[in-house]
Amino acid sequence: MSTQETPEEKLPAGQDTAHGAVRVADEKNPFADPGLPPHEPRIQDIDERAAKRSERTVALLFTLSMLATVGFIASFVTIPVDKSVYIFPIGHINALNFALGMTLGIALFTIGAGAVHWARTLMSDQETADERHPVAASPEVREKVMEDFRQGAKESVIGRRKLIRNTMFGALALVPLSGVVLLRDLGPLPGTKLRHTAWQKGKLLVNMNTNEPMRPSDIIVGSLTFAQPEGLDPHEHGYMNEIAKAALMLVRIQPENIKDKRELEWSHEGIVAYSKICTHVGCPISLYEQQTHHALCPCHQSTFDLSDGARVIFGPAGHALPQLRIGVNDEGYLEALGDFEEPVGPSFWERG
Amino acid sequence: MSTTTSTTSPSGAEGPGRSRGKAPAGERVADWADGRLGIYSLAKANMRKIFPDHWSFMLGEVCLYSFIIIILTGVYLTLFFHPSMNEVVYHGSYVPMQGQLMSEAYKSTLDISFDVRGGLLIRQLHHWAALIFVAGMFVHMMRVFFTGAFRKPREVNWLFGFLLLVLGMFTGFTGYSLPDDLLSGTGIRFTQGAVLSVPIVGTYLSMFIFGGEFPGDDFIARFYSIHILLLPGIMLGLVVAHLILVFYHKHTQFAGPGKTNKNVVGMPLLPVYMAKAGGFFFLVFGVLAIVSAVATINPIWNIGPYRPDMVSTGAQPDWYMGFSEGLVRVMPGWEINFWGHTLVLGVFIPLTVFGLVLVSIAVYPFIESWVTGDKREHHILDRPRNAPTRTAFGVAWITLYFISLIGGGNDLWATHFDLSINAITWFVRIGFFVGPVVAFIVTKRICLGLQRRDRDKVLHGRESGIIKRLPHGEFIEVHEPLSQEQLHTLTAHEQYQPAEIGPLVDENGVERKVKPLEKLRVKLSKGYYGEESQIPKPTVEEYKEITSGHGHH
Repeated sequence: MSTQETPEEKLPAGQDTAHGAVRVADEKNPFADPGLPPHEPRIQDIDERAAKRSERTVALLFTLSMLATVGFIASFVTIPVDKSVYIFPIGHINALNFALGMTLGIALFTIGAGAVHWARTLMSDQETADERHPVAASPEVREKVMEDFRQGAKESVIGRRKLIRNTMFGALALVPLSGVVLLRDLGPLPGTKLRHTAWQKGKLLVNMNTNEPMRPSDIIVGSLTFAQPEGLDPHEHGYMNEIAKAALMLVRIQPENIKDKRELEWSHEGIVAYSKICTHVGCPISLYEQQTHHALCPCHQSTFDLSDGARVIFGPAGHALPQLRIGVNDEGYLEALGDFEEPVGPSFWERG
Repeated sequence: MSTTTSTTSPSGAEGPGRSRGKAPAGERVADWADGRLGIYSLAKANMRKIFPDHWSFMLGEVCLYSFIIIILTGVYLTLFFHPSMNEVVYHGSYVPMQGQLMSEAYKSTLDISFDVRGGLLIRQLHHWAALIFVAGMFVHMMRVFFTGAFRKPREVNWLFGFLLLVLGMFTGFTGYSLPDDLLSGTGIRFTQGAVLSVPIVGTYLSMFIFGGEFPGDDFIARFYSIHILLLPGIMLGLVVAHLILVFYHKHTQFAGPGKTNKNVVGMPLLPVYMAKAGGFFFLVFGVLAIVSAVATINPIWNIGPYRPDMVSTGAQPDWYMGFSEGLVRVMPGWEINFWGHTLVLGVFIPLTVFGLVLVSIAVYPFIESWVTGDKREHHILDRPRNAPTRTAFGVAWITLYFISLIGGGNDLWATHFDLSINAITWFVRIGFFVGPVVAFIVTKRICLGLQRRDRDKVLHGRESGIIKRLPHGEFIEVHEPLSQEQLHTLTAHEQYQPAEIGPLVDENGVERKVKPLEKLRVKLSKGYYGEESQIPKPTVEEYKEITSGHGHH
């Protein structure tokens, strides 16, 4: 950096003493620093009655604070925790929260207002100047420190005993590795976990709302139905992880309106099943526009065309939603014909 | 130590002519402490320390006080909050949630809100204070930036402040994720998706952060220890260091009569700033308490517990994260597949840009000092107009920030102003590149205009608004000359000369090589301080020429 240092004479005149002049007479330099303006007394400085008034104001504020604290304790004891109250213009709000907050707020605010008023009206407002001293040490101090350091370094013999130095660096560099290794058990390795979901061949599609298996006739054109694989129980441990991948949405589109050939093949009587998990960053897609067959993720507005292989037509998602191949079993219930063929949810490095 | 000394001088610690019995109790306590802690030397340097006064200097105080309030209320909340993801069935006093499955974290947050007396107040205070804390840091940082207070010797303190801002944002994020409600869970899901987008290690990182697949059972407990211990611990240390440096460097001040680069003019810590700053803590606390009494924040009971297959519309992060959210929303969904791998640029690029935009502001002081080549200490603040290029950079940065913030709420803009979401997205995409440039140019022009105005004021006086008719019928406006105080204040600023490469051939005719970095520096210096970038301030000669006589102007 020192090579880029601009020599002192190239820099503008410093502000140490403005314009290099200390209180030069007006005629010589009209821009010279006239020095600190004289102190102007406040009314409280010259009129004792005004000072008394200020004193009373401050005392009143502090007294108000005490009263408010009493009010806080009284509210805490007397107001039931679930009582609600109508406060104009806010509306119905929790009475205890309102009372506690207001009394606490007033108790605190008046202390602050009192202290500030005291400082502004009664404490001296005479401005004075303090000297500044350069942060950097003087050359003598610097030289002394350098000398001390050299002396210390020499006495340690670190420069001469290279073997000690090098092994020490090696030891210090290696020892944090233990800490890093300890973090290994924070979680399992990815393996193929992100590639599989709870869907398998023959698993029934269970309606999320009714918790019942569905027949094709349950799904009408224009509706959006959410489903999960049979056997998933919200009360069981691990449900969250499973539903985070297996969540499914079903829509029914007139088969002639399905543009994508594979989509039609994997559908059943126009019922198509897509992963509900957005391929952008994993929000559940939950808005469906039945006229256009567009599904929209409310988080970042990625929009997918469910009649055309769920390709992305707007928004930041990078690829289409995975489709689940479905059919009906012998009893006429909708079932999966296998797992998703590609990972659901957001993309990741190993996705390929 | 020996018995003889203790018998001859029972009050060994005190000076001559003073005995223990006579000093007031307070002094004796102070003496006791001084004998062990050396507090008198500390007090000598600091008790009557002078601080300058300006309204903008209290912005940092707002941050400090809201930080203290966050710690106080946060400690209270830990007494009731259960950082557990165990699923339980709710049977508490909030009727609409009866019988619902939820995590213990969510349930205990409901309990704090509905069953603990004052719990809701403290929860809301905690959240409001956090918002004020981050907002305060932004504004405080802007104050420091636009006045050039980051210059030597304060660059390190600028970095401390920057770290506090970044850590504050992440502490806020981990904090609002703890209740495990549907909205915050969606934010966590987003974070997990973003982590997955990191090339090579993303999947592993995600597995390690969440203890397996998303959402797993661990992240609330892990975020909890990060939120209440790790990050605030670092921040507390940084806050203390930040304050020590403020005391050590002494506060900056604006130019004015009696104020130089070698002094600091103001009022003493004891009593004025003890009362003003101490009082201001109570004012901030009081206002936040009243806000928490009347304004609900994060009503998690309306949102419901988190389920990875559910979501609500209008999902937004807290505002300070909205900027990154905007970048993510408007980015095209680029994905590159090669050799069995996926590069998720659509998410990873915004993630990187988010970091770069933040870092650009962290390193700015070093860039500016490199361009000016000025290694002197600076304690007199610049008025933003007197550093047009710096001010323009700052405004460009803010513009970038706010345009991205619009992107972060594009759905709300669309629904509230009846706009097309595609149009907003394209506006943000173009605005991201064009907006800062336009803001830069406009700001620079405004600064130069203001500089010209100052120059006019100095040379021709203040427009008095009095119209005078001269004997021959001409109307003129009377200009009042400025006082010496005003003249000094308006001309006290420094103006750099642009750097030059210098002669390329020395006196012996030997060609000198100029490094490309030096060429860049000269170019930047011309941009900063060239003719286009500052109006020469009036000189004494100009002033005298105009004022010495002929009167009319």
